[in-house]
Amino acid sequence: MTAYSQGMRVQLDTEKCQGHNRCYALAPELFDVDDYGTAVLLVEGDIPAELEDKARLAVANCPEYAITIEGESP
Amino acid sequence: MTSIYGPVTDWATDFDHVDPEYNPNAHQIWDDLRENGCPVASSERYGGLWAPLTHEYVREVAYDTENFTSRGVIVSTARPIAEAPIGPAPPITSDPPFHQIARKLLLPPFAPKQIDPWEPEIRTLCRGLLDDMGDITPGESIIDAAVQYAQNIPVNVIARMLGFPTTDDEIFRGFVHDIVENVNVDPEEREAAIGPLDAYLDIQIEEHRANPRDDLTTYLMNVEIDGNKLSHEHVRGSIVLLLIAGIDTTWSAIGSSLWHLATHPDDLERLVKEPELMTFAIEEFLRAYAPVTMARLVAKDNDFHGCPMKENQWVLLPFPAANRDPEFFDDASEVHLDRAENRHAAFGLGIHRCLGSNLARLELRVAVEEFIGRFPAFALDGPVTWSNGQIRGPRKLPVRITALA
Repeated sequence: MTAYSQGMRVQLDTEKCQGHNRCYALAPELFDVDDYGTAVLLVEGDIPAELEDKARLAVANCPEYAITIEGESP
Repeated sequence: MTSIYGPVTDWATDFDHVDPEYNPNAHQIWDDLRENGCPVASSERYGGLWAPLTHEYVREVAYDTENFTSRGVIVSTARPIAEAPIGPAPPITSDPPFHQIARKLLLPPFAPKQIDPWEPEIRTLCRGLLDDMGDITPGESIIDAAVQYAQNIPVNVIARMLGFPTTDDEIFRGFVHDIVENVNVDPEEREAAIGPLDAYLDIQIEEHRANPRDDLTTYLMNVEIDGNKLSHEHVRGSIVLLLIAGIDTTWSAIGSSLWHLATHPDDLERLVKEPELMTFAIEEFLRAYAPVTMARLVAKDNDFHGCPMKENQWVLLPFPAANRDPEFFDDASEVHLDRAENRHAAFGLGIHRCLGSNLARLELRVAVEEFIGRFPAFALDGPVTWSNGQIRGPRKLPVRITALA
């Protein structure tokens, strides 16, 4: 990692989210759900390095492609 | 009660998902059609039927609420009388913008944090069913994992949630058969099928009016849209949805998962030894054996990738076929209990994502955990009977128990 590199950032498109609830099940440190079952992103900015694998898991299991890692295609 | 159609002559041009040969052979039929350059099968049956079979095409129809209406979601010889955008069983039969209003009423009671607390009760139910199987002699005892186990779990849970007698489970399974399976009959017979279910629900609703309590039926009778209570038809239609969608779907998912384990001893042994795989294994069972094919009616004539779709024809949404599309999933026809990337569509895609998905997942996980927790080794022993039509799962599943925990 160079001095210029940033940590991983996660984006959630709540318009695309249909409440499949996979992210909340697989990465509860990063995602919560509201009263309607819609995902809520818990972390703003860089996510802790130890949660990067879980973030990728959440991305890879969202049927609606609602979660992305900043700078990466879903 | 007899089909007005004969056996399928050609799956590409005479497609019929209700043909008794379809569900037992569905995986092969989809693979053959896709490999032979037929991504959309069709049929003259049911007044015109289309069946897209790739993930891309299924997804496209699911997201397109302009060209396709949810007014009808179960293919049959008849057409629903109720008009869009509400349809006969809101919100599953509703279109935008009404759909979102009706759905919003039902999302909170089925959100994860409302569903999770049901786990102990579901576990107790499963253990009771296992106890009811009586003395099991390993290597000798054969039980029916569909009839004695899977079919009893979701019906009990949804009856409790609705505040209906759980002892009416046989009646509910009869309704499910009438509505979901008995679709290829004379249209007049089809239209009459809803009568007994409506009559049963009218009595239950009246009973709840006299004795309101903390359940989904009372909730639906009291909840308001813009200060107005729901019409009787809306309340009853939503209960139809919850009752029908909440029974044979999850029953099928539990049965198919146990069928897989009964026919794949390595996977069974691995899941028993590595319970931490369960989260991924459940999703993989849902992908590989998704029970639910939905449907739409064509809302307006359109050309779908060269298919001339006409208003009021049916379009199937075979999410189970999408889940086995090799263009979308690596190793699509193989079950990998630890599949880490799994964007399966077992609960649909888009605005009609299964409302009960959190409950279904919970029931499926607990049912599998309890079954393999009691019987760590078992194998298929006898002929399997599969359901007919849009919900695919084993209705008879004889397994020989070869070990006790």
